[in-house]
Order: sequence, then C-alpha cells, then structure tokens
Amino acid sequence: MSRIWTDFAKGFKIENPVLRLVLGMCPALAVTTSAINGIGMGLATTAVLLMSNIIVSLLRNLIPKKIRIPCFIVIIASFVTIVDYTMAALVPPVHEALGIFIPLIVVNCLILGRAESFASRNPVINSVADGLGMGLGFTLALFVLASIREVLGAGTIFGLSVMGSAYRPAIMMILPPGAFLGLGLLMGAMNWWDARARRAELEARKEALTHG
Amino acid sequence: MADLVVVFFAAALVNNVVLIRFLGICPYLGVSQTLNTAVGMGGAVIFVMSISSVVTWLIQHNFLVRFGIDYLQTVAFILVIASLVQFVEMVLLRYSPPLYRALGVFLPLITTNCAIMGIALLNVTEGYGFLETVFHALGAGVGFLVVIVLFAAMRERLDRADVPGPMKGTPIALVTAALMSMAFMAFSGFDVTALLGG
Repeated sequence: MSRIWTDFAKGFKIENPVLRLVLGMCPALAVTTSAINGIGMGLATTAVLLMSNIIVSLLRNLIPKKIRIPCFIVIIASFVTIVDYTMAALVPPVHEALGIFIPLIVVNCLILGRAESFASRNPVINSVADGLGMGLGFTLALFVLASIREVLGAGTIFGLSVMGSAYRPAIMMILPPGAFLGLGLLMGAMNWWDARARRAELEARKEALTHG
Repeated sequence: MADLVVVFFAAALVNNVVLIRFLGICPYLGVSQTLNTAVGMGGAVIFVMSISSVVTWLIQHNFLVRFGIDYLQTVAFILVIASLVQFVEMVLLRYSPPLYRALGVFLPLITTNCAIMGIALLNVTEGYGFLETVFHALGAGVGFLVVIVLFAAMRERLDRADVPGPMKGTPIALVTAALMSMAFMAFSGFDVTALLGG
C-alpha cells in the first residue's frame, strides 16, 4: 500500500514533471495564459497519461522489446485523439484556446517517458498511481504558473477581477516572455525553498547531536 | 512570390517557433550547451522539418481528407514523422556519411521534438497551400536555428557568470530566454512600456 502511495505522491514535489524533471515544457509555457487553460491542459494530459499507463502496463509482457517505442506512440496517439474529440464536444472554448497543443500531447515527453520508464516495468495498480500522481503534479505546476501569469498579466483569476480597478496589468506576463520569466523564477523559488528546508534539517540534526 | 517571402519571415522571426510559439523547448534547453551541438541540432531540424511538412501536407490533402478519415490525423502524423526520421537516418548513413556524422546523433531526438509535429499541424490549421507549406517549414526551421545558436552563445558565457545558487542551470536559462523572447516581440511591433503596464 505504501509503495502505491509513494508512486502517487512523488509527482507533486520530489519528481514534479515540470519543476523537477523539466518534462513537458512546451505546453507548460504555451497554454498557461489563464488559470482555466492551465487546468484544462493539465487534466487533458492526466487523462492521456493515465489511460496510456494502464494499457502499456497491461501489455507490458506482450510488446516485443525492439518495437516498444512505436507501440507506445500508437497507444498514446489513440488516446490523444479520443481526448481531443471529447474536449471539442464538451468544452469547446477550452479546446479552442489550447489549439494545436492538444494533438501535441502525443509528443509530450512526460507521457512517453512514463510509459518507457515506469508503466512498462510495473503492475497496473502502481502504473495507475504513477499516472495519476505525475498527471496531477503536472496540472498543479501548470495551475500555479498560470495563476501567477493571469493575476499579474490581466489582473484576474478564472476571469474574476482580483487586483482592483487601479491595477494596470503588465500584459507581458500573459505574452510569451512572461511564460519564460514566470517559469524560470518559479523553478528558482522552488530550489531556494528546498535548499532552505535541507539546511534547516541539517541544523536540527547538528543541534540534536551537540545536545543529545 | 512576395506572399511566400512574407510566410518565410513571419515563420522565422515574428512567430518564432521557439520564443513565440513555444515549440521545441526541450532541444532548445537541452542541446544548447555548446555552439557546435546547437548548430548541428538546428541543421537537423531544418532538414527534417522541411521533409516532414511536405509529406504530412501531401498525406493530409491527398489521403486523409479525400477518404474522410481526418480524425486519424494525430496518429497518422506521428507515425509518418517517426518513420521518416528513421528513414532519413538510414539514407544519410548510406549516401552521405559526412552529413550523417554531423546530424546523426540529433536525429533520434527529433521524433519527440514537438516543433516538427507542431509545424506539420499548423500547416493544416492555417490552411496553407503546398508552396506556402514549404516556405513556412523552411522559415520555422531557420528561426529555430537562429535562436538556438544565439542561445548557445549566451549559455557559454552564462557558465562562467556568478549566478545565485537556486537560479543555476535551467531557471537562469529560462530567464535568459524571457529576455530573448521580449526582443523578438519587437518584430510584431510591441512597445516595451506597454508590455510592462505603462
């Protein structure tokens, strides 16, 4: 049970796809102009990742080693098509805003990476946990980045005004440069936070040694 | 003819594939450590992007649309691109060993380069004709080469710069890319003061 939980939880912080593994950068930068787009992209990717992890894991003993990559790609592409058409039917505005980045989920290295390094080597239940954790960790990173960009760049969050009428938005943040800047600073902040936590832990251990 | 020149420069500068459209970020960050690898990757991208755009355009218009199976677009395009990259690799190995030595190591990486697939999809969604597709792909490829080479030159300098600990590596590279992207916004006529909320 605890292993399944670890497989799920690692995607949020220790192995966060965007902030730690630096995977799936193109959608992370391209669609995070508003919080709702970030969540839409994150959930679409999670759906594809979850389903492809399940199928790859189920077929892991049947797929010949030599042609595994093309097999994974076809599995992933099929689910991307399903998600693409489902979103076009259910949430047309989000589908329109995400544009070609929905079919481009197929070349998101996160999904192929999980199929190759996790799902093809682990039982279905662990692969489900891994897919969900990684997908939701990806969604979380996109949501945080998109919220920062929307608040600073448009003065709104989920389309609701939050900065007051006197705020003149820095539209750079919702334009391409803001994506690079926002993600760069977010990664830097995460590294700084981690380094501080590690230092605090080290201090505490030293303290315990001298006093104990 | 003038239209085609516009398509070319729009793809190379105004809608730069990396800095404005966010396609091909992985190789942009991953293969830009030295100038030589950046040039190699840029060359390989121009090469594969042109061929794959032509082939996917032909498949889309002569096959998928004609038989009403364009819902298979995603599957068809990724398979075509993946097999094309393999094929190009084999042809180069057989007929042009020097070119293979220059581009060979980059070719496998290109299958999952979303710039290739992205430009192939854009050719279709923008409704480009055959010649426009060729120039669009060439322009996007040249745009990729230009920014990855510029970026590699900057990173060679960045390695020796005194960067604050937490910003070392990818974070500072992204901030640098933000500045480059801001510079490229000028090609579409943006005023910097407007960008900052003035």
